[in-house]
Amino acid sequence: MALQSTDLKSEPVIKCTSVYKIFGDNADKMLRAANGKVDAKTFQDAGCVVGVNSASFEVYKGEMLVIMGLSGSGKSTLLRCISRLTETTAGDIHIDGEDLLAMNSKQLIELRRNKMGMVFQSFALLPHKTVLENIAFPLQVKGISTPDAMKRAKEMVDLVSLTGRETYYPRQLSGGQQQRVGIARSLAVEPDIWFLDEPFSALDPLIRKEMQDEFLRLQGVLNKTILFVTHDFAEALRLADRIAIMKDGVIEQLDTPANIVLNPATDYVRKFTEEVPREKVLKIKSVMDPIGDQTDFSDLTVSGDAIIETVAESILGEQKRVRVLDKNDNVVGSVHCAKMLHILFSHDDVPEARE
Amino acid sequence: MDFMKHHPKLTSFGALLIAFFLLVALVPQNEANYLWRFPSLIAWLPGWINDFAEFLMFDFMPVEIYDPDLEDYETSALLREITRGFSGAVLVLIEFIRELLIGGRKTIVFFTSWDFVSENPWAVWPALPWTVVTAGAVILGFALKGRGLALLAGVALTYISVFGQWEPAMQTLSFVLVAAPLSILLGLCLGVLAFKSRAVESALMPLLNVAQTMPHFSYLVPVTVFFGVGDHAGAIATVIFATPPMIRLTLLGMKKVPLEVVEAGMMSGCTNRQTLFRVIVPTARRDILIGVNQVIMQCLAMAVIASFIGAKGLGYNLLLALNGLRIGLALELGICIVLIAVVLDKLSLAWANKQTDYFADLSFGQRHVYLLVFLAVFVACVVLAVIGKLILGEGINYLYIIPHSKGITTEWFWQAGVDRMVENWYAGLQGFNRGLIVNVLQPMKKAYLAMPVSATFLLVMGVGYIVGGIRSALTVGSFLLFIALTEWWDRALITAYMASFGVIVSVSLGLILGSLCAQSQRASNIALLVCDTFQTFPSFIYLIPVIMLFGVTDTSVLMAVVIYATIPATRYTIEGIRNVPQHLLDAGMMSGVTKLQRWTKIELPLAFPHIMLGVNQTVIFALFMVIIGAMIGTEDLGQYILKALSDKQGIGNGLMLGLCVAFIGLTVDHLITRWAKDRSSQLGLN
Repeated sequence: MALQSTDLKSEPVIKCTSVYKIFGDNADKMLRAANGKVDAKTFQDAGCVVGVNSASFEVYKGEMLVIMGLSGSGKSTLLRCISRLTETTAGDIHIDGEDLLAMNSKQLIELRRNKMGMVFQSFALLPHKTVLENIAFPLQVKGISTPDAMKRAKEMVDLVSLTGRETYYPRQLSGGQQQRVGIARSLAVEPDIWFLDEPFSALDPLIRKEMQDEFLRLQGVLNKTILFVTHDFAEALRLADRIAIMKDGVIEQLDTPANIVLNPATDYVRKFTEEVPREKVLKIKSVMDPIGDQTDFSDLTVSGDAIIETVAESILGEQKRVRVLDKNDNVVGSVHCAKMLHILFSHDDVPEARE
Repeated sequence: MDFMKHHPKLTSFGALLIAFFLLVALVPQNEANYLWRFPSLIAWLPGWINDFAEFLMFDFMPVEIYDPDLEDYETSALLREITRGFSGAVLVLIEFIRELLIGGRKTIVFFTSWDFVSENPWAVWPALPWTVVTAGAVILGFALKGRGLALLAGVALTYISVFGQWEPAMQTLSFVLVAAPLSILLGLCLGVLAFKSRAVESALMPLLNVAQTMPHFSYLVPVTVFFGVGDHAGAIATVIFATPPMIRLTLLGMKKVPLEVVEAGMMSGCTNRQTLFRVIVPTARRDILIGVNQVIMQCLAMAVIASFIGAKGLGYNLLLALNGLRIGLALELGICIVLIAVVLDKLSLAWANKQTDYFADLSFGQRHVYLLVFLAVFVACVVLAVIGKLILGEGINYLYIIPHSKGITTEWFWQAGVDRMVENWYAGLQGFNRGLIVNVLQPMKKAYLAMPVSATFLLVMGVGYIVGGIRSALTVGSFLLFIALTEWWDRALITAYMASFGVIVSVSLGLILGSLCAQSQRASNIALLVCDTFQTFPSFIYLIPVIMLFGVTDTSVLMAVVIYATIPATRYTIEGIRNVPQHLLDAGMMSGVTKLQRWTKIELPLAFPHIMLGVNQTVIFALFMVIIGAMIGTEDLGQYILKALSDKQGIGNGLMLGLCVAFIGLTVDHLITRWAKDRSSQLGLN
C-alpha cells in the first residue's frame, strides 16, 4: 500500500517546511541568532530546550506516516505543532494548502471541527460522560442537535465494537475499551486527517496487538491521512507506509519500513534495525532483483506482497531464480536462494534492495 | 558533637528551647518593659475602621435617590444604596421560597402593596401542607437516585414535622436554598477566574487563607453594619463564609485536570469557552462536588450563628434552647439541622450524577412520570388537608401543618436523663471537672500568661526559621506582631492555651484511634464513615452533650473542642497510615518487624506528613470551637467578639479580633504545611 511521493501529482495533505519548536523564554531570539543551525547543546546552556529541529516532510492523502522516537526525541512535540496544540517557534506548516500557522483561532476551530481528529496516549476521555456522550462530544460542540449526534455516536460505537456499553462511564472500561472510545470520538466528525499520539502505549502487549489489528482494519475501511506517533519500532514497522525516525528533535531518517530496515541511514537508526528480524517484516518485493534479461526461472512464483518468512523455505528449495508477481500476476522481478540466505543470516545491509 | 552534626534541626530546636526558657526566666513581668509586653500601638485601628465604615456607608460618593414615600429626591451614599438594593433582593428571594413552603403575605405585598393586603383579607398565600413537601422530597429522591434516598428524605421530613419543628425548619431551608446556590455560583465564578488569571489567583489566595481561619462570629458585625439585621444579613454572612472553600476546591479541581483531556477538548473543536465549561469544569467535578458539599454543611453550620443577626429558623430556636439549658429540645433541633444538611447534600450529589438515556423512546407520560405522580400526590394531599380541616375544625390540623412545638417531643426523656446523671454522677463529674481545672487548666493558663512577648516571638519565629528559612520566620513574625500590637495579647494567649490544650488531647486521641483503626481495612472504612457523619454536624451541636455533662464551664468548652477536633486528627491518621505503600510494609514484614515496630518504624514516619496536615486541621477546628465556646462563657478573644456583636460600633473590634484569631491559625498553618511539604518531598511521597 506504500505510496511514493512521486506517484502522486496532487498537493500533499500535510506539508512541513523547516519546523522548529524551541521551549524557553528567549527561544525566538536564540533561533534568529543561530541562523538555521540549531545545536541542542548551546540552546540548553542558554536555558532553552529544543523540541523539534528543522523538520521538513510531506504526507499525502491516504498515507500513514509514523513518527518513531524514544521519549524526549520530540515526536509528540512535532505532532502537537501540526495539530497546533503548541505554537511552532519557526517554520511553515500547510494543511491542504492552507497556512496552518497563519490561521486565527476561529479558523483553527473550524479546521479541528471538520478536518482533524486526535487520539491520545492516556485516552483523555471526559470522566463525567458516558461512552456515547464522549463520542458525541465533538459533534455537540460543533452544534449538531443531540438526537443526530447520538445517532452518529451510536454508529461509531458499533464501528469500534463497543456495542452494549454505550452507557458505561470511562472508569468502568478497560484500557483497550477506553482507547476504542477515544478512537471513536476522534472519528466522529469524519476527519480527513487523523492524529494518533502513542495511542496503544498504555496498553498491555496482547491488547496492543489486538488494537493494532483493529486499527489496520479501520484504516482499510476509512483510508484517512494519518500521523501516528509511537516509541515502539515494531509497531511502526507493522503499521507505517513511511516512518520518520526522530532523535533530539531531528528527523534522522524518513523512508519506507523496508528501506529503513535494509539501509539504516545513521548509526542511531541502525540500533533499532539490528534487532529486527528482517524476514518477519520485509516483503519479497523489497528485496527482489529486477527482472533484467534473465530467462532461466524456476516454476515457482511468489507474490511480491508476501512476507519473506512465509515463502523463504520454498524459495530456498529452488535452484533457479524464483519469479515475483504483483497483484495482477505480472512478473515484476525475481529472487535467488542465495539472496534469501543473505537476508536470513547476515546482518549487513542489502545494497541493491529497492521497492 | 556527633549528634549535633547528624541532627542539625534537632540541635537547633534544642538551642531554641533553651533560649526561650532563658527569656521566660529572665524578662521581668513589668508592663513598662517592651520585652514583656508590646505597647498596644494599633489600639486606634478599630476606631479608625469604624469611622471608615461609617464614611463608606453615609458620606462616600453621595448620589441622588428618588424616595417614593417622600416623593422627593434625597441624598444617600452610593454604597449604602448598593447594599440596600442587594439586601432587598436577597430578602425577597428568601421570603418567596419561605412563603411557598409555609405561606404568608410578604410576596403578595411585594407585587402589590400593604394596602392591598389589608383591604383584601383573602390575600394570604397558603402554606403547602407538610405532606406535599415531604412527598415532593421523596419523589425527587427516588427520581434522582432511588429507593434509599427517597426513604432518607421521607424519614427526615416526617421527623421534622412530627416533632413540631416544621415552620422553623422551613425557615432555615428557605435561607439555605438561597445562600447555598449563591455561594456555589460565586465560588465557581471566582474559582474559574482564578484559574484563568494568575493575578486573580495570587490576589485571592491570602484573602481565602484569612477568610477560612476567621471565626464565624467576626463576619457578623461588618455584615450588620453594611446590610442591617435579618434573614438576608444571615444569608449574606453565610455566603461570605461558605464561598472560600468552594473557590479553593474549584481551583484545585481545575488544576488537576490532565493536560491531555484539555487537548482532547481542543482537538474536538471546542472554543475557549467550550473548553472551559464543557471540558475543564465538568472534569473537575469531583472536587467541585466536594465544594458543594462543604457549602451546604457551612450553610447549616451558620444557621445557628446567623441567628445572632436575625436569621429565623432552627438555629434561633436552638440558641434559645441552649441558653435555657433545655438539652432535650436542643438535641431535637440539632437533629433537624443535621437531617436537612444530609438530605440536601445527598440530593445535590445525586442530581450531579444523574444519567440521561438518549435512545429510550418514551411517551409524554413516561417522560414526565415523576412530575405527574407529584401532581397527583399534591392534589391528594391538599384534599386530605381540607378534609382534616373539616374534621378537626379549629384544632390542630395534623394533615396541614403541625404548628411549632405542638408535635411530639422527647424532651422530658432527655431532661430526666440529665437530671439522673446530675443526681448520680454529680460528685464524680464535679470532681473530674475541678481536678482538671485546678491541676491542669489553671497552671497551663498561668504558664501561657507568664510568657514574655519576646520569648513567644523568639520561639515562633525560631521555629519558622528552622522549618522554612528567613521568609517563613518573617511571615509568622508579622502575624504575631499584629496580635501583639493590639490590646488583646493576653486574651489571645488564653485563646491559644485553650486551643492548644484541645489540640494536644485531640491529636493524642486521634493518633491512637486512627492507628488502631488503620490496622484493618474494615475498621478504617467504618471509622472514616463515622468521621464523615460527625463532620456533617454543625459545630454547635457538639456543645449540647457536653453541657449536659459538665454544665456551663471551661471544661464543657474544652470537651466540645476535643470531640470536634479529634475528627480531623483521626481521619488524617487513618488516611496517612493506609496510604503507606504496601511494598514498604511487605519489606518490613520480611525484615521481621513486630506489629509495634511496624507502627513506630514504618507507618508513623511515613504517614507523619499527612498526619501533620490533620494536626493543622485540628488546630483550625479547635480555634473555631474555642471561639464558639465563648457563647457559654469563656474569657478569651471569643468573648470580646461576642461583645462586639452587640455593639453598634463593634465593626472595628469585631474585625480586629477576628483577624487575631485568624492569625493564630495562620501561624500554625504556615509552619505545619511548610514542614509537611518539605518532609513529603524528602520522603518521595506524592
